[in-house]
Amino acid sequence: MTDNQGRTKPRRASRAGADSVFRFLTLVFASSITFLTLLYFYELLTGSSLTLKLGPGFITGSTWDPLRGVFGALPMLYGSLVTAAIGLIIGVPTSLGVAIFISELAPQRLKFPIGFLVELLAAVPSVVYGFWGLFILAPFLTTYIYPYLQRYLGFLPLFGGQIYGVSIMSAGIILAIMVIPIISAISRDALQAVPDSQREAAYALGATKSEAVGSSVLSYARSGIIAAIFLGFGRAFGETMAVTFMIGNSPVIPSSLLKPGYTLASLIANEFTEATTKAYVSSLVEAGLVLLLVTFASTFLGRLLIRRLIREREAATYL
Amino acid sequence: MNFRRRLVDRALIGLSIATVITAIVPLLSIVYDVAAKGISAINVDFFTQATPLANTPGGGMGNAIQGTLILVALSALIGLPIGLLSGVYTSEYGSNWYGSTIRFLGDVLAGIPSIVTGILVYALIVIPLHGFSVIAGSIALGTMMIPIVSNTSSQALKAVPNSIREASTALGSRRWRTTLEVIVNAKGAIATACLLAIARITGETAPLILTSGISTNWFTGVNQPVGSLTYFIYYFAKSPFVNWQNLAWGAALILMVIVLGINVAVRIVTRGKRAYS
Repeated sequence: MTDNQGRTKPRRASRAGADSVFRFLTLVFASSITFLTLLYFYELLTGSSLTLKLGPGFITGSTWDPLRGVFGALPMLYGSLVTAAIGLIIGVPTSLGVAIFISELAPQRLKFPIGFLVELLAAVPSVVYGFWGLFILAPFLTTYIYPYLQRYLGFLPLFGGQIYGVSIMSAGIILAIMVIPIISAISRDALQAVPDSQREAAYALGATKSEAVGSSVLSYARSGIIAAIFLGFGRAFGETMAVTFMIGNSPVIPSSLLKPGYTLASLIANEFTEATTKAYVSSLVEAGLVLLLVTFASTFLGRLLIRRLIREREAATYL
Repeated sequence: MNFRRRLVDRALIGLSIATVITAIVPLLSIVYDVAAKGISAINVDFFTQATPLANTPGGGMGNAIQGTLILVALSALIGLPIGLLSGVYTSEYGSNWYGSTIRFLGDVLAGIPSIVTGILVYALIVIPLHGFSVIAGSIALGTMMIPIVSNTSSQALKAVPNSIREASTALGSRRWRTTLEVIVNAKGAIATACLLAIARITGETAPLILTSGISTNWFTGVNQPVGSLTYFIYYFAKSPFVNWQNLAWGAALILMVIVLGINVAVRIVTRGKRAYS
């Protein structure tokens, strides 16, 4: 096609058509993420509607007896919360130490290899964590760690009674190892984003390295670190295989952290394929719904904090 | 500087180094123990024979390796195209509220426990098909890949300098042609993103328990259950039978070689650049 001066006209209409078709195609595929998000909530809500209708007994009842049709998952909720809490109590300080080392202390040539090794922890499949945990870590803990824990902290009921290798504590420790790569990577990003002027100001006032980190760097990176903790909690609360190996799968609230327990995720992994009655399946789907709600909320908050930080940082660079 | 402050400083730096050691020792221990215990299970039979009965000598993990390869390949067929095109949208067309919502939801979805994905696919696929199947397992793993690949490929595309887009537009290319140019430019980073997503789902167990099930047979069809390395590790490791436990260590070794191998290879190739994870 040519215009009246003999120049070739671009075939606008059809090309613009190809453009909008391609754009629409990518939009459809991207919308699969919105669709999936809604689908998770829809399916888990409908799948558990049978027991949801019965009220809050699922999360307040402490008796789990499928044979009698009694489904109180309080022990599992307790197990999920306490193992995740132990994971964070051990994992957060360790991750912060790692992040501080990589961001503030390590010589340049060590930054990459150490960061890389810690990142590799995230690549180990959770079933391998569980397998290794059951055969290597649990015997080590019962021989070398728990007896001392009991000797010095045994006056607390939390560390009393008989020691088991598979226990709430062992599950918490394996979770601590598993959240280290997540929390340390995000904390490291947060620390590295702290402007050098913060450090220089502290040094100018005569601070030592650790005083500079403690007084001005950590406080500046605080919301990034809180975001990392939210994401770590979500990971720990929903972790399934490693915990299933380590926790002992006993549906009671144990009197001590050194005794076996159960979590919502390992409940599903262990019992879903054996669930025979409708109420049983519905209860297990409800356990999944609790997992979904808690991990969604915690990851949502963590990501929201990170997004706000990135926005602030982008705004700051234009000042 | 007074002595006490210097001492505290040294102690805190020492503490930080101690945390690094605390973090790395488990990794080294896992790699060492899995290699040491797994290597004795590895022989020709391990790859060519199917899983044996309890307390029966011989046999291998051939069917589990085959199952894992099939599940991963089919899930990649589902997850990679959807994830990539979604990533193209959020990077190239998504500078609006919807694009940023999808990026955000993708990050959140990637944090949903994999066992929950298992429940979802159980309800949607396993129940209508009346049983565990390869197809259900692949859909579960593929579903998990979508948000991961979408986010990482979106980052990979965003890292392509705007000058490429401007040059392409200046040469008179339409938008889709420009986008193609950007994708070609980011192909290394996109391949990295896909490989890491594949490594990630190769190690998944929890969703497979509710979807692909387990079988001691070789692959018999996409509508049948199939064994996988991860499910067999779980199943054998918790059994009291020594021959099964030994095979589980061998399977863990093969799994670690695949998963850590991909991760190490990718990090070496992209060394210095920011890795997508």
